[in-house]
Amino acid sequence: MIELRDSEFDPLYELAEFQKTLSHGKYGACCNFIGSMRDFNEGDDVSQMTLEHYPGMTEKFLQKICDEASEKWPLLDCLIIHRVGDINPNDSIVLTAAWSAHRDASFAACRYLIEELKHRAPFWKKENTTEGERWVSENTKAND
Amino acid sequence: MNITVKFFASLREQTGTSDTTINSAGALTVIQAWQQASGLNEMPENTLCAINMEYVNADAPLSDGDELAFFPPVTGG
Repeated sequence: MIELRDSEFDPLYELAEFQKTLSHGKYGACCNFIGSMRDFNEGDDVSQMTLEHYPGMTEKFLQKICDEASEKWPLLDCLIIHRVGDINPNDSIVLTAAWSAHRDASFAACRYLIEELKHRAPFWKKENTTEGERWVSENTKAND
Repeated sequence: MNITVKFFASLREQTGTSDTTINSAGALTVIQAWQQASGLNEMPENTLCAINMEYVNADAPLSDGDELAFFPPVTGG
């Protein structure tokens, strides 16, 4: 399942609620990633951020990434929730999760979901810093 | 043919428009549509292009009724 949220969400609550909808006894592993907003970036304090997206294309690509993960690994299901709009430091920005019978598939799929999202899903961050507003020019690489 | 053109994020601010429609009597590629819709010759480096919500290159051809979007590198997650 994929979902965009325009207000704060609790990723651990969402994870638990979604897991209740899965067939009990079938999954043996759930791996998840939670990304939240820092109050600093590139040496500046960041007081707020706005996340713009492309309605239609963003949802389409999140679903496409979930479908690709399900083709690559034997998953029971996967979940992506992503914030849009105005965001404050410490708010959760993104949750990706993958459920499978064994851990290897869920680790690999969860990593795939967040990395592909960061490279392909049309979202753009604009930060409010002490130096004024600025667009984030690119995402950090996975090993940064 | 009619093409709907959308600009997002920094490109929306640079061009001063989020949505516009362009008309062309003949064939049109993505880069030609950029020039017509933005009024700018050069497309900023790293600009991403999508036709009907699928990524394409700047030399891709357009068809009547297409939705074309221009945006900077994505920064979600």
